[in-house]
Amino acid sequence: MSAANLFEQQRRNRNRSAVLIAVFIVFFAWIGFGADGTLYLQSAGAEPGQYRHTFPFIGIAATLLAIGMTLFAWKNGAKQVLSATGAWELITPSTDEERQFVNVVEEMAIASGLPKPKVWIVPDDDPNAFATGSDPKTAHLAVTRGLLTTLNRDELQAVVAHEMAHVRNLDVRLMTLLAALVGVIAIISDVTIRGLRFGGGGRGRSSGGGKKGGGGALAIVLLVLWLVTVILAPFISRILALAVSRKREYLADATAAQFTRNPAALASALQKIEHAAAPTKAIKHGTAHLCITDPLGRRVTNKEGFIADLFATHPPMARRIARLKQMAYQYEKTGKLVEPAL
Amino acid sequence: MQWLLLILLIAVVGFVISAYNRLIALKGETLNSWKQIDVQLKRRHDLIPNLVNAVKGAMDFEKDTLEAVIQARNQAVKIQADASPTGGMQALAGAEAALGAALSRLNVVVERYPDLKATGNIGQLQEELTSTENRVAFARQLYNDTATTYNVKQQQFPWNLVAGLAKAETVELYEIEEPKEREVPVVDLSMKPKA
Repeated sequence: MSAANLFEQQRRNRNRSAVLIAVFIVFFAWIGFGADGTLYLQSAGAEPGQYRHTFPFIGIAATLLAIGMTLFAWKNGAKQVLSATGAWELITPSTDEERQFVNVVEEMAIASGLPKPKVWIVPDDDPNAFATGSDPKTAHLAVTRGLLTTLNRDELQAVVAHEMAHVRNLDVRLMTLLAALVGVIAIISDVTIRGLRFGGGGRGRSSGGGKKGGGGALAIVLLVLWLVTVILAPFISRILALAVSRKREYLADATAAQFTRNPAALASALQKIEHAAAPTKAIKHGTAHLCITDPLGRRVTNKEGFIADLFATHPPMARRIARLKQMAYQYEKTGKLVEPAL
Repeated sequence: MQWLLLILLIAVVGFVISAYNRLIALKGETLNSWKQIDVQLKRRHDLIPNLVNAVKGAMDFEKDTLEAVIQARNQAVKIQADASPTGGMQALAGAEAALGAALSRLNVVVERYPDLKATGNIGQLQEELTSTENRVAFARQLYNDTATTYNVKQQQFPWNLVAGLAKAETVELYEIEEPKEREVPVVDLSMKPKA
């Protein structure tokens, strides 16, 4: 990958991270101020002396909450992701495999010119790997125990190089933010829907007894719109998470080949990972897009077309392998690494 | 008129500053990646006495191979001391290549003794050695890439106008001239019996 290409990708990732944060905060503001609006219109016709909702404190609180959560996700997103997978940090390697892994990570840190990331092991027998962190200086790289036992040295090196490519391209920042924020949105939406189901009955009784306010129709429209957003939010945010991760897998594959100058090793690593198709149990839905291959073993990942493009976190494995083999062939013949066109 | 001159002056000063900074940044990156090579070579040199000690007892009769490794290592250490990006890279690359060759001969010998590999920490040392070789190779890859960018930039117009100001000098690449590796292999598919 040329330098211009790299800066372009970094810039795009910075922008996307900013957009993601903005959308997240606006979403919370909308939920908060929407609730304020509904309450205001409902209480507009209330008799003097009764409570009238004029100050939008729900909206302000929700916005502040969103800002706080973004800061938290920025700082602790990586730790959340790691602890969700049950990974433990490898500080002093004790077995030959662990020593080799640490060595390989240090080699790839040199090749990529980045500081050495912190190294983690996920106790799972299915081979998989991911990187996380909001900055290349504080990145974390995790592999499953299965990966260490399945791959040989060159293949492990290729996988680590792929993850280091994600770190250098700033993909991990966007992915980690997404993982943390998507999780929060899912929880909030869940809680709100449950809360409404609960409180909705009570409000029905009280409005049946009282008279209708002037803004009744408007209040209902606002309420419906608001509800639709809350219900759809998890789906939308999930699709956002998926869409963001597919193209960059190709790019990270190419960058990894640039680091190791050995595209064939990554191709054979992907093949081995593919053959061990058991789902990686330790890795849940919310962090799937961070991994080198789809940990959920979904069939949709290996299909092409619109639906697959919408729902798969990773490009079809066969295509990734074919592209790497093409690169390896070119490299053998011409001594130059050229990324095949998409 | 005065306005135009002023604008021109500001543009020129702005360019000089940014070009100067760019060259200085590249120089820093080049020196930094050179330091990485230096560190990794030192690691390699420090590792070799350990390896030699570990195999010495079991391989009394392979003294020549061990001797060659030790000599190549001492030679490389001597040359490393005065190598820098602006001079001595060729000699260093040559010495390190000789050391690499001696080490791989030793490795071939070690492979012939399965008992040796099973006992002691030879297996671990071999992994360390592989890793060190890789580190040297990757550090070299990074250095050569940055150094090439630096070399090209300081010769390109208009950056070459500021090169003197930034004290930019062409740096040597860490490369080994091995005519044998460049030769095109002769493949004879005629299946004629050799006369």
